Order: sequence, then C-alpha cells, then structure tokens
Amino acid sequence: MSDALTNRAYGCNRVAPRMSSPPCTLRAAAHGARLTLPLLPGITVFAAAFGAAAAGKGMTFAQVVAMSGFVYAGASQMVALELWRDVWSLPTIAAVAAVTAVVNARMILMGAAIQPWLAPAPVSRNALQLFFLTDASWLLGTRYNAEGGRDHGMLFGAGIALWVVWVATTALGYLAGALVTDPRRFGLDVLMPVFFAAMLVPLWKGPRLARPWAVAGAVALAVKALVPGYLFIIAGALAGMAAGAFGRDD
Amino acid sequence: MTIEALLAGPAAPYVAIAAMALATYLCRASGVVLMSRVHLTPRVTRALAALPGSIVVATVMPLAWQAGLPAMAGVAAALVTMTALRYELAALMAGLGTVAALRALGL
Repeated sequence: MSDALTNRAYGCNRVAPRMSSPPCTLRAAAHGARLTLPLLPGITVFAAAFGAAAAGKGMTFAQVVAMSGFVYAGASQMVALELWRDVWSLPTIAAVAAVTAVVNARMILMGAAIQPWLAPAPVSRNALQLFFLTDASWLLGTRYNAEGGRDHGMLFGAGIALWVVWVATTALGYLAGALVTDPRRFGLDVLMPVFFAAMLVPLWKGPRLARPWAVAGAVALAVKALVPGYLFIIAGALAGMAAGAFGRDD
Repeated sequence: MTIEALLAGPAAPYVAIAAMALATYLCRASGVVLMSRVHLTPRVTRALAALPGSIVVATVMPLAWQAGLPAMAGVAAALVTMTALRYELAALMAGLGTVAALRALGL
C-alpha cells in the first residue's frame, strides 16, 4: 500500500527496492530435479556423443571431465572440439574463448528473461545459480515461474541434476569412444556436424528464421573458403544475427 | 612463471578450458546484470533469437563440405530422420550409419 503510494508519488512503476527475497527450498529443488526427467534421453545422447567425439579428438579423460564440469555448455563444447589442439598459444586460447562466447551468447537472452525472478535474491545466491543455468533448466524455470512458482530451489534442482547427468554421461561416452580404435570407420570424426544437424530441427520455429540461417550458412562457407582457421563459425553466426536483427517482421 | 611457459607446459589445455569456462560464465551472468540496468531492444532480442540456428548452420555446412560426400549425406540423413521421428538417438544413428556405409563403399 505505502509502496504503491510511493511509486505513484515518484511517477514510476518500478518494483519497490525492498522486495522480499524469494524462497529457496530443498522441496522445490527435488521438484526441479524431477521436472528434468523427460529431457534426460536427449541430454544423455548429446553428452555421450560429446564424450565419444572428445575421445576421437585425443583429449584426456581429465580434460573432458573438467570441460564438462566447468564449462557445462554442450554446444560450445562440441564446437571447441573442432578447435582443440595439442599445442596452445595465447592467440589459439583467445580464439577458443571467443568462439565459446559467441556460441553461448544466447545465454545473455536467457538470463535477461529470468532477471525479474532472480533479482530480489542475494547476489551470492544468484552468482551460484547462474553457473548452473542451462537451456533445459531455463526452459523449465520460465514455465514454472509463469505458472506462479517463485522458489529458486526449483531452478537450482533442475540445473544441478542436469549438471550431474551431463558430467557423468560425457565421462561414460568418453570411455566408450576411447574403445573405438578407428573413429573414421564409424563416422565418429564427423559426429559433431551430424549431431548438430539433428539439433537444428527443434530450433526451427517457422520461416522467419530461414533467412538468418541461410545468410549464416552462405557467409560461413565463403569465409571458410577464404580464411584459414575457424573464423567461419563466428563470421557466420554474426551474419545470421545481423540478418535476424535487420530482417522484416512478419 | 610467464604465460608462455605455462602454455608450453602440460597445463595448457586446462588454461584453454578455464578461458572457455570464464567466457561461458560471463554469458550466463551478463543477461541478469544487464537487464537490471538497460532494456534489451526488440532488435537485439531478434538478433539473439536468430543466433542458435545460425551457429548450427554456420558450423555444419563448412565442416560437412570439407569432409566430403559421405559427411554431407550423413548430415542430410540426420536432418530427415530428426524431422520424421524427433528422436536424437535415431537421427545420430542414421547419420553416422550413412557416413560409415558410404565410406565402406569407398566413397
């Protein structure tokens, strides 16, 4: 009541600065973990595929587990495999970080979308929460929040459950992939583009995206032909973003 | 220890992993931080919405082209299977099976 009056007095509809922090309970965490169950088949296939592909690229077991545990972003891990090498330098490390940032830039949008839900909580809780934020937990969280749920435990539960499954299954995929002595014979060397192609299908949300995607592909092919290295991924992705930003609205 | 010495040693892959982890965490956190200060315009939102598919297309097309006919056929098989069945494992199997079969035929 007094908040409403203050807001009116200042002529703005901003949320009152002293909003109560949303709860963060174990009960909601268990609920969040349960909500991930229908998504596990797709995620375990992805994780096992990444592990097997990483084995084919010559990464060590410890490197694969560390990457899955600390990066925890499958698409960027898959792309990073293409840039993986035996000898590193500052420019190659900067390149892999830049490609990772471009692939994961979609998370900026995800974070922005749940900001109103997260913002009233303490910064330290959100800092930890955001480490576990991933496409699947974000999707479940936005649905839960839209239905009136406020408990941050739900988002933690989903994110942590998916993290455990992701790390464990990439490890298993790595061990299985390491058994294959001739990865080329089974097509494992092109596992990444083949799996990515399959991932494109659920991303299709109608013809509005056709032009950005076509632009991205054409620019990537042209840059690949002209410039050595993996600049084509960044160039294609940025071209697709530009086409999306400046395309006409239907 | 200089950066050059670190990158010449066995820790180098972990430096790369740490750089990836940092880049990813900044992406995860920046949306929440940004939104408490500025508003994303519809144009920026549309650009970010076009990003995931653009990354996939920009990665798959050149890599498949470079890997040759079996890889391109494998990508096509994965796309068709995923469209028909909406099941990742089936799409992966169809794609890799196509690649392996065409290579076994000497293509």
